[in-house]
Amino acid sequence: MAAQTLFDKTWESHVVRSEPDGTTLLYIDRQLVHEVTSPQAFEGLKLSGRRPRRPSATLAVPDHNVPTTDRTLGIADPLSAIQIRTLEENCRDFDITLFGMSDIRQGVVHVIGPEQGFTLPGTTIVCGDSHTSTHGAFGALAFGIGTSEVEHVLATQCLVQKRPKTMEIRVDGVLPNLCSAKDVILAIIGKIGTAGGTGYVIEYTGSAIRALSMEGRMTLCNMSIEAGARAGMVAPDEKTIAYIKGRPLAPTGELFEQAVRAWQQLTTDMNASYDATVALKAEDIAPQVSWGTSPGMVIGVNGKVPDPHTMADENTRKATEQALAYMGLTANMPITEITIDKVFIGSCTNARIEDLRLAASLAKGKHVAKTVHAMVVPGSGLVKQQAEQEGLDQLFKEAGFEWREAGCSMCLAMNADVLQPGERCASTSNRNFEGRQGAGGRTHLVSPAMAVAAAIEGHFVDIRTWK
Amino acid sequence: MQPFTTMSGLVAPLDRVNVDTDQIIPKQFLKTIKRTGLREGLFYDWRKQKDGSQDPTFFLNQPRFQGATILLTRDNFGCGSSREHAPWALLDQGFRCIIAPSFADIFYNNCFQNGMLPVVLKADEVLAMMNDVLTTPGYQLTVDLGNQTVATPGNTHCCFEIDSFRKDCLYRGLDAIGLTLQHKDAIAAYETRRKAEAPWLFTDLR
Repeated sequence: MAAQTLFDKTWESHVVRSEPDGTTLLYIDRQLVHEVTSPQAFEGLKLSGRRPRRPSATLAVPDHNVPTTDRTLGIADPLSAIQIRTLEENCRDFDITLFGMSDIRQGVVHVIGPEQGFTLPGTTIVCGDSHTSTHGAFGALAFGIGTSEVEHVLATQCLVQKRPKTMEIRVDGVLPNLCSAKDVILAIIGKIGTAGGTGYVIEYTGSAIRALSMEGRMTLCNMSIEAGARAGMVAPDEKTIAYIKGRPLAPTGELFEQAVRAWQQLTTDMNASYDATVALKAEDIAPQVSWGTSPGMVIGVNGKVPDPHTMADENTRKATEQALAYMGLTANMPITEITIDKVFIGSCTNARIEDLRLAASLAKGKHVAKTVHAMVVPGSGLVKQQAEQEGLDQLFKEAGFEWREAGCSMCLAMNADVLQPGERCASTSNRNFEGRQGAGGRTHLVSPAMAVAAAIEGHFVDIRTWK
Repeated sequence: MQPFTTMSGLVAPLDRVNVDTDQIIPKQFLKTIKRTGLREGLFYDWRKQKDGSQDPTFFLNQPRFQGATILLTRDNFGCGSSREHAPWALLDQGFRCIIAPSFADIFYNNCFQNGMLPVVLKADEVLAMMNDVLTTPGYQLTVDLGNQTVATPGNTHCCFEIDSFRKDCLYRGLDAIGLTLQHKDAIAAYETRRKAEAPWLFTDLR
């Protein structure tokens, strides 16, 4: 048999049938559902009189609209409340497991999938959410879909797909002190651009990737979509297996042993080839800060805001001018001179226990600057519980950070956590688009370590040398 | 779904690269549980000036582009969030065809689910059309899905590529789920085979 990549193996084990032109009916093992992109899908099922093919292969959770303050007070926004109630009703009507708002297991959909052992190597996983790429950290083929396809998967457990191309992104070497998976993925997007991965599934390889924890790999794969790729993957290894073992929805006993034997085969064969390859050296990756309104507009913390006048390409120059005007920045300004108003530590990119442990250890004994409002939003109820058992909430609170309930929160500001016009935020989330965190709000994407340091100093600092 | 065969229509220009779905329809409009009525949120932040009034320079607020059915734009249109509310809002505004040098994958795919045609043309072809639409009042294009061409008023024909399966579904207005359900025996056979190979994927998760 020809040498295969991790993607090839996963794809081929899910082909139900294919047409001569390559159009493939692909089997979907698991679907995650949240309240924003599912109501119209369930409505479609109702209108056509269809039922879910495998309701037990689907897991639902409200996350985008949920308040991160006291949940016993209910939801102030009636539209948000209706959307969450609609999810509850649909899950009841269609016999789908729901982790409701008061369930300790509730959280950001891409945090709870792995946390519960719902996410497994070699599976196909979809969700009506572009950050479904997160689950590729386990060697799953996981990608975001629209609501029509959510309905399609509910009804058929399949999707019609064309085989994507493959891209290897190899990162070898050792990352500088306190540089993280977030800096790696931002540096990758800065290098290949926000459309660099369009049409591809990325496989991340190399010694720096192998050295990442599962949390780090999730951060990395999470932002594959910001590089244009619907999916990113990391081959499973001993860390992956250790992470999954014993999780509530993971296989147990002999079934687990059998699964592990299969998962150990999920590596890219020697001599297998990719359609494209990109390489970075870990040593070259500085802590990253985005300065513009697209995730590709990013630079090392010791850099300066780019100058549009030096740009030859007209489209790039115009986009840069628009971005600087929106962001309220001037060309050639050092990144470390950018002062901030808000700090958001959270989101499906960076709200897992490891992120919070590192952030809390850096905040310990220090205090948030007087000019800054900082909040920490754990990725799930269980992450919050774990953090509290470890006393991380106390460290954050003593340092002046607000400690909140789990949810998507200010990553996209669908709940009450919103930037005001002109406010500038250091955020551990994934998108710095205009208005993403609130109309007129200005987002700088950074790692959790960089966010903590910025909260305390009131401006960006180089975490590698920060005391 | 409404079939898409040929259409001639007024063209509206959005001369920006990397237009993301957060711009096409901001988050506050995603709280709906319906597919319709999303026009109100289309390019909501760009339509307004700082004081909240409508920006008369934004293309959708200009009288000459009222009734446009074809949107002409730049590279990587529809990047970011997978929200299908983006094509729903464009469709609700009257756009059935979007022409650009490139699209983000999820958005591109979502268009087909709604009887909309995203057309990829060469960058120089889009640039020429962009210049013409800005200088020619009433500028129209004719899009022919069957022949995979876009015809300009000057009768230049630009060809585009499209996957044959997607083309057929769009051209005939087929129900995608209904098509897949025609293969339900193949799906059942796959499940039986897969269950033997990988039984851990078929445990009851409830």
